[in-house]
Amino acid sequence: MATQADATADREEALRFYETEDHPHAPATLIGFWLYLMSDCLIFAVLFATHAVVGRNYAAGPSPADLFDLKLVALNTAMLLFSSITYGFAMLEMAKERRGATLLWLAVTGLFGIAFVALELYEFSHLIHEGATPQRSAFLSSFFVLVGTHGLHVSVGIVWLAVLMVQVAQRGLQEDNKRRLMCLSMFWHFLDVIWIGVFSFVYLMGTLR
Amino acid sequence: MMIPDRMPSRLSRAIILAPLAVVFGGLLSGCNVVSMNPSGDVAVQQRDLILASTGLMLLIIVPVIALTLLFAWRYRHTNTEATYDPDWHHSTQLEVVIWAAPLAIVIALGALTWISTHLLDPYRPLGRLDRNRPIPADVKPITVEVVALDWKWLFFYPDQGIATVNELAAPVDVPINFKLTSASVMNTFFIPALAGQIYTMAGMETKLHAVINKPGVFNGFSGNYSGSGFSKMNFKFHGLADRSEFDRWVGKIKSEGKPLGREEYIALEKPSEAEPVRYFGTVDPGLYKAILNMCAYPGKMCMSEMMNIDARGGAGKNSQANRTRLEYDNRHGQQGDEAPGATFPASGRESRSDEKPEGVKSGGSREEPSKADPHKGHGHHDHGGSAPAQLNN
Amino acid sequence: MFSNPDLQKLVFGRLTWDAIPLHDPILIVTFIGVVLGGTALLGAITYFRFWGVLWREWFTSVDHKKIGIMYIILALVMLLRGFSDALLMRSQQAIAFGANEGYLPPHHYDQIFTAHGVIMIFFVAMPLVTGLMNYVVPLQIGARDVAFPFLNNFSFWMTVSGAATVMVSLFVGEFARTGWLAMPPLSGAEYSPGVGVDYYIWALQIAGIGTLLSGINLIATIIKMRAPGMTMMKMPIFVWSALCTNVLIVAAFPILTAVLALLSMDRYVGTHFFTNDLGGNPMMYVNLIWIWGHPEVYILILPAFGVFSEIVSTYSSKRLFGYASMVYALVVITILAYLVWLHHFFTMGSGASVNSFFGITTMIISIPTGAKIFNWLFTMYRGRIRFEVPMLWTLGFMVTFVIGGMTGVLLAVPPADFVLHNSLFLVAHFHNVIIGGVLFGMFAGITYWYPKAFGYKLDPFWGKVSFWFWLSGFYVAFMPLYLLGLMGVTRRLNRIEDPSLQVWFVIAGLGAVLILFGILSFMMTLFVSYRRREELRDVSGDPWHGRTLEWSTSSPPPDYNFAFTPVIHDYDAWWDMKRRGYERPREGYRSIHMPKNTGTGVILGALSTVFSFAVIWYMWPLAALAITGIVVVAIVHTFNYNRDTTIPAETVVSVEAQHTRMLAAAQA
Repeated sequence: MATQADATADREEALRFYETEDHPHAPATLIGFWLYLMSDCLIFAVLFATHAVVGRNYAAGPSPADLFDLKLVALNTAMLLFSSITYGFAMLEMAKERRGATLLWLAVTGLFGIAFVALELYEFSHLIHEGATPQRSAFLSSFFVLVGTHGLHVSVGIVWLAVLMVQVAQRGLQEDNKRRLMCLSMFWHFLDVIWIGVFSFVYLMGTLR
Repeated sequence: MMIPDRMPSRLSRAIILAPLAVVFGGLLSGCNVVSMNPSGDVAVQQRDLILASTGLMLLIIVPVIALTLLFAWRYRHTNTEATYDPDWHHSTQLEVVIWAAPLAIVIALGALTWISTHLLDPYRPLGRLDRNRPIPADVKPITVEVVALDWKWLFFYPDQGIATVNELAAPVDVPINFKLTSASVMNTFFIPALAGQIYTMAGMETKLHAVINKPGVFNGFSGNYSGSGFSKMNFKFHGLADRSEFDRWVGKIKSEGKPLGREEYIALEKPSEAEPVRYFGTVDPGLYKAILNMCAYPGKMCMSEMMNIDARGGAGKNSQANRTRLEYDNRHGQQGDEAPGATFPASGRESRSDEKPEGVKSGGSREEPSKADPHKGHGHHDHGGSAPAQLNN
Repeated sequence: MFSNPDLQKLVFGRLTWDAIPLHDPILIVTFIGVVLGGTALLGAITYFRFWGVLWREWFTSVDHKKIGIMYIILALVMLLRGFSDALLMRSQQAIAFGANEGYLPPHHYDQIFTAHGVIMIFFVAMPLVTGLMNYVVPLQIGARDVAFPFLNNFSFWMTVSGAATVMVSLFVGEFARTGWLAMPPLSGAEYSPGVGVDYYIWALQIAGIGTLLSGINLIATIIKMRAPGMTMMKMPIFVWSALCTNVLIVAAFPILTAVLALLSMDRYVGTHFFTNDLGGNPMMYVNLIWIWGHPEVYILILPAFGVFSEIVSTYSSKRLFGYASMVYALVVITILAYLVWLHHFFTMGSGASVNSFFGITTMIISIPTGAKIFNWLFTMYRGRIRFEVPMLWTLGFMVTFVIGGMTGVLLAVPPADFVLHNSLFLVAHFHNVIIGGVLFGMFAGITYWYPKAFGYKLDPFWGKVSFWFWLSGFYVAFMPLYLLGLMGVTRRLNRIEDPSLQVWFVIAGLGAVLILFGILSFMMTLFVSYRRREELRDVSGDPWHGRTLEWSTSSPPPDYNFAFTPVIHDYDAWWDMKRRGYERPREGYRSIHMPKNTGTGVILGALSTVFSFAVIWYMWPLAALAITGIVVVAIVHTFNYNRDTTIPAETVVSVEAQHTRMLAAAQA
């Protein structure tokens, strides 16, 4: 009898059509945000492709060799790379549940980010002052839009970072905030990767060819 | 329930077959179906290709439609005699057939495509006059340089030293080499009786090779929307019986035609609709090259020169002067002509009113520069409407 | 408005009273109609005190079902606008021959065909597809909502904002006169000055953001929120088609965003991406827009394929034939969709090898598509086919779509395309696949899932009348266009020279009138069904003997969709459950966590509309204000951590008890 009852139980187990316990789904935020990053990546892909097509159309005007100051760009690159490292430190502190240290590293990251944007704005104003405006040639149009789009992303990242710092200060490293910091982390490193592309394809290859 | 069940197969069959019959009846009987009954060898080959591809595809389309109607009828739920097998959902053999049948058609069609695309590449010089005749060794092709203007066609005959507006002619059985460009927006050059179409684009040259095999007058037009006057951007293509008739046509233009230099071109280039045919007996020999390089206007730098400078690494920082010399698209705006796609407030009229815009009507306003500003004499808010040039600041 | 012109220019930019089209009787009548209709509607809402309900339960709702329904309502409203444009074009082309200029000058006509294309694709087909996916996907995978419910609401309002922007262009200023893809240089600042192209850009840009976010949302939903046991190869085929569609959306819409951004840089800043001069390259725009544009047509058709798969199988009372090959076909189409874009411009002078490559890749797509048609065919084989209205749409689709597919493959042969490019043959082809494929699919889907959404079936008589009008109207309207295309008649003509062609255009115009009757009958269907809702009531939740999970819950489903998360054992989960003697649970209900409604989406959508209007008219201070508002509202939204609400167990018990009573009453 016992075995028969077990068998029935087994069959019922196999034919279970609903869950009586609530199993919350694993949060989809990270995969959703990752999908967003991939779509953003495609926007940059279009801008890179555009630069590949019109990047040598100087319209009888200045070329990268005439315009770019690689030392300045190298400094700029260093700012962004450092900011990525310091963001990494912030995440390590977050894993250790240390709010103060996390906030400190986030602040450092934000400062590096601001330095990056400031240097970029300086570069832009210098170029425009020299007459190398976005309207001058297709090459300059695509240069300003590609680099400017990246700069805009970094600026948005800085605002987001500031908002998150306030939220972490207010509510601590609770689950929602941790998830948000993870998202911003992905965003920040993503911008780093894009910048490496910009630095190599736009500045280095532009100047060297 | 019976009646609605019967409806789909019977009615839909009737509804589908009737228009098909109309279409194919039209194809067979109508002599005005120009794509199916062309007069130039290239278009004839394209027609043959359309028919062959359609035939190939009908091999699969007809059985599919027939089976759809048949199955829908046979397995209607009132028909209890038909087999019912609710769990039958897989058959490897059938799946192989399902994938293989379209694959086979596509392989055949793909081979046909690869060969015909190379054979009928518009850039490729012709290999024959028609199905039975190769190109004679002594025949000299006619070269025509085509410029799409807003909204008319300018044809240069460089070997004959003439040019025409909205009239094209060529003797039968002589290959024609078209070189095409546009003075402003994109158009396509299309004479369905002669050959397929090709884009005309400013600052670029496309090519088309064709031959006309029957004398006659054929329609030509732009196949790509280009603004207000697009619907009237038509011309006639004359297939002339032989070389001597062509020479007479050329002679007529040489004697009747006016001269065409840069100034005349600049006047001609302004947007205008429904232009009459015009002849130019003497033509500035460098004009087509200048139009192609967007430097027909005085003081402009040619694209070829710009590209030359760019290939050598640009002109450096002190090259501001080059910018205005290279600006081209703003020529209408600076002269106050209405742009081809202008909407309110840049179009100088009441929004959507029926009146024809100034500068677009043929003739007339072109000679009167005082009318150039579309806002003069109109609009209670002078400051509100902006001239096109303002948009680019 | 202001005595100081500088101040007026600062505040109102280029907007003046002249922008109001007081001189066009067509628009004045339309405007009066819209105002009267709008006032009546708003008055009725106020009179019946619906505002509170609308705001609390619909506009601010994060429930995927309500958002799905709102998408479809938006699409049907915009269909009326887009179809009015079609009627105007058909009637103009039916009379404007030779010396007769017709009643629409090019200036007006050119806006109409641009608006028709834009509205039909972006604001009819897209919301229909998105709405249906939104409604059905979570139900079919046994989820209680999508992965990001607030984002879903926000996406919807962005789509509405884009649609509103297009509608505003009808009465303030003008729309683009460029064709639906706004190809430069024609759409550039110098050749299209004025607000038309700017309306186009911002409407698409805003709606595009909504579409992209909803794509991300649905992918995350399908990947993360399937009920336990539902492996990828046990997902309903509609869910597979939705997954492929949304992958296409996420991989294609950023390209549209980027290319429109570049065009707006050209127009607003004066850059030289797509200009003729200073190194710009208009062909780059043509390539980029079609790299988005071709996947876009698959974004529209794949969900329709999914709908047909569900319907064929349900009404044949038979398992779908070749499920695995259906899935592979969808995936292959998804990938190939990115390898064919150049077939839209074979005539631009690419080399023969490039043209052949893209021609052949295009033909290859017809293999999986053909396989799908055969699979539907063999699903009907040895089935028991009930000819309900959705099944009629499906049969109409199968016959019509293969014709469109054939002409499509024909257009993929480059030398044939040289003759047919931009002709009315092409116009007939894409209407053949979009009406015969997408629209038939959406009508089938709406009729199929209507009882699920509203608790009563649609009236079959009027449904059939609508179907037959649409089907016959399609053939009468578009078969003449195939023929005209072969006669060498190109598209977008305001006037045709050869009067002997008039008869064909008149026939096509009659076809449009038949389609008008189809649309009216569809509205009649909705009306009559509402009147007869008690007779047509679906008490079982499973009116068609369905096969997938959405039919296991009540009609309409409760807010939480499923009281208990279903566990899946086989493909066609509900069919499987019914066969194995599934007993509906009667006790053990627990409280359910659900997301809370929020007004942020509505506010952001409204601010986006203001922003786009301000930018279109160069009203810079207002634009700055609007964008600041958007940023502030978004940031404030992130400070709200309290986003969940709980449906108490007692509520669940009473809702489920009512369903139990209804089921018992149905059996009695």
